[in-house]
Amino acid sequence: MKILVCISHVPDTTSKINFTEGDTKFDKNGVQFVINPNDEFGLTRAMWFKEKQGASVDVVNVGEADTEPTLRKALAIGADNAIRVNTPAKDGFQVAKELAKVAQDGGYDLVIAGRESIDYNGGMVPGMLAKLLKANFVNTCVSLEVEGDKATAIREIDGGKETLTTSLPLVIGGQKGLVEESDLKIPNMRGIMMARKKPLNVVDPIGAEEKTSADKFEKPAPKGDVKLIDKDNLDELINLLHNEAKAI
Amino acid sequence: MSVLVYIESENGKFKKASYEAASYAKGVADQLGASVTAVTINAENNEVLGTYGVSKVLQVNNDQLSKFNADAYADVIAQAAKNEDAKVVVLGQTANDKYVAPIIAVNLEAGYASNVVALPESTSPFTVKRNAFTNKAFNFTTISSDVKIVGVAKNAYGVKENETSAAVEDFSPSLDASDFSVNVESVDKATDKVTIADAEIVVSGGRGLKGPENWDMIENLAETLGAATACSKPVSDMGWRPHSEHVGQTGKPVAANLYIAVGISGAIQHLAGINASKYKVVINNDPEAPFFKAADYGIVGDAFEVVPQLNEKLKEFKANNA
Repeated sequence: MKILVCISHVPDTTSKINFTEGDTKFDKNGVQFVINPNDEFGLTRAMWFKEKQGASVDVVNVGEADTEPTLRKALAIGADNAIRVNTPAKDGFQVAKELAKVAQDGGYDLVIAGRESIDYNGGMVPGMLAKLLKANFVNTCVSLEVEGDKATAIREIDGGKETLTTSLPLVIGGQKGLVEESDLKIPNMRGIMMARKKPLNVVDPIGAEEKTSADKFEKPAPKGDVKLIDKDNLDELINLLHNEAKAI
Repeated sequence: MSVLVYIESENGKFKKASYEAASYAKGVADQLGASVTAVTINAENNEVLGTYGVSKVLQVNNDQLSKFNADAYADVIAQAAKNEDAKVVVLGQTANDKYVAPIIAVNLEAGYASNVVALPESTSPFTVKRNAFTNKAFNFTTISSDVKIVGVAKNAYGVKENETSAAVEDFSPSLDASDFSVNVESVDKATDKVTIADAEIVVSGGRGLKGPENWDMIENLAETLGAATACSKPVSDMGWRPHSEHVGQTGKPVAANLYIAVGISGAIQHLAGINASKYKVVINNDPEAPFFKAADYGIVGDAFEVVPQLNEKLKEFKANNA
């Protein structure tokens, strides 16, 4: 089985979010970039398929050279090859079209992407990619088993789970549950050394065009001070929830 | 020209989020001088959508669609959009909406903006405000394609009544065998519990509760309030509670009216995930907990004392205000 894992290069979850150039650009100053957490759960599941079922695992990112350390980290975790499509990621549609070209050229059986990136939260690349590839698609996937060309997946739905059966080629939008937090691998020194020698192929984009543009950003208005209520005066809390918040 | 809205139903019934999507579609249609057409699948009582400004309903009744299927549902919605020559397609942001929207986007060669929180700032260019960076910021996105798809975030625009008479028509899309290559084998969904996605109120517990055996008080409080239960990331990582309850940046987002955090310190990732909730209450014995900076109301105190007392008082309040 040939697996392609799509890797988004995103600010670490603890990052303070700021903008620059008149609130039109994300301020990368002092921000550490990581593999998008939803992608990392998928990558770790892919490593399981590699170890148990002899799958090959390639990783791909659409981005400029500054995303390469993130791809190297994926190689250090155990991916075999990395591909970088040399163009800035502009929107979900453009990224999906660039990824579709890589996926077609590589003839992958399974493409794993995160359900959404934690920066733009678009949540559209996996579904668009599947449709462009005419492959089967499972979103918010929390469990995946593959036997031959048959796949069984569990999808998170609002308030529960759904078990689905389908066949390869398959694209999934993955998230936590594919593996547990404790299964995530921190690359060891050997992995990091090996990753330096693994291929990281830079390919030219097909020049897909975007359909949306993220023009401007805004931070939420600062929060007013918390109203502290004495623990022995819970009636006051109920009063506020009823009369002020109108929430009960 | 019309604005098409997909109205989700469950077992034939509409939900609050459905009316919210309809209300939003009416708002956009008014900006464009257009009317709203809704498409529904195996839903009952379609006339009610008129209450929210829908003037035409394309009702699809098809046994093949009795279970949700993303490819097939996306195909239905895309065909309805073409049928109506819709330039804007509106959906909610339930798990199913998020599943179908990108497929429809490819089908219609349309740009898609998800998690949209307000009516377009302008319709030409078509610019919408959306949540980004997991609620740590807003982003203004311009959709430049001919057809535009908007996913409306839960509990942001709200339900707005706009009495209109809805003409209900049968709509029979042509479905292809390739629409059914992912099959639902089973659904595991608690029907007696409020889900985090639907809940108006969410009661959430953190490490401060010391162990899974202490969750009764969270569940009791949730029951009194008709709330859903949730938890912080460490709690789900330690296996005290199921992953489906984990709210935060890598878990579920919460956009409730009221979020009550018990024994949760308020890590930045947690706060991001719950930020879209309207009112936040924190109960924590550590007055330095970061959650107090994000909350509207706070109680410094031992959860093991405060929560049961609060529950008793709320029961009394409910009984008096029933």
